[in-house]
Amino acid sequence: MNTTAASTTPLPNGPGAAAVLAAGIGSFALGLFAVLADKVASIKSWTNFYNPTGPLSGVTTCAVFVWLTAWAILQMRWRNREVRFARIGAAALVLLALGILLTFPPFAELL
Amino acid sequence: MEITTRSLWTMIHGMGFGALYLMACSGALVELYRRYCSHDAAQPTARDETFLRVYLCAMAALAWLAVITGSYIVYPWYRTKPPAGATNLSAYPRYLLLSSPHTSGWHNICMEWKEYVAWIAPIAITMAAVVVLQYGRRLKDHPPLRNTVLCFVWASLLAAGVAGFFGAMLNKNAPVEGGDTIHLVQEGTK
Repeated sequence: MNTTAASTTPLPNGPGAAAVLAAGIGSFALGLFAVLADKVASIKSWTNFYNPTGPLSGVTTCAVFVWLTAWAILQMRWRNREVRFARIGAAALVLLALGILLTFPPFAELL
Repeated sequence: MEITTRSLWTMIHGMGFGALYLMACSGALVELYRRYCSHDAAQPTARDETFLRVYLCAMAALAWLAVITGSYIVYPWYRTKPPAGATNLSAYPRYLLLSSPHTSGWHNICMEWKEYVAWIAPIAITMAAVVVLQYGRRLKDHPPLRNTVLCFVWASLLAAGVAGFFGAMLNKNAPVEGGDTIHLVQEGTK
């Protein structure tokens, strides 16, 4: 395969937008699940997938699952499309920031 | 000179995968900016592109190795419960930290944050690696996309930095010790 030619063929922004938004969704899911596992006893015990690691195992496994599922769905929908990236990029960055904030215990305590 | 297996794994997790990832992260940020954001950057050659792709994939592998070894090898030792009535908690770092109000914050804030936020690093850098694999030099034609990818790489540096810094501080206050002893150098008796 001629990689130079392949890398200069125009490519819509859809696949990139799908990857970026899915990463934002995955980061937010991580923060959200971490808070839920901390605050809700039933979720805490349900996320205990691997006892030596405790709820961390379930929280991170579920977040990775949400991230990859969102990525697969968005990739299927946007792979050949040109999308309005400004809103998608902003949403991804907001979700990323929320994900980081939700993992910070003093912030999670406020909820 | 000797080291315990738990200390060795903590070193592999933190100083091996984690620190190497942090160092690589600054390199990736410079390279991504220089190639795709700088106005006067020369057109990268196919060889340059391949190098960046391999570099980012290696970073993604390092990030995943760091969080997996941390969560599934080192963290279980950190949170091991001491037997009832145990007074020497040095082999149980979580409980050692929680036993004093002067050190409990290291667990309640630092470890609680570190254990989760670290997972943002592999998610963000894997995304960045895949976008660079897909787009290559065409990323220069999508300024909003490349700027967002750069923000995610910055976030991965922040997440790994938080995890690395608190990991080092936690290991200083309550080191993960124990397991078999590995003799590195046997010194002769004088």
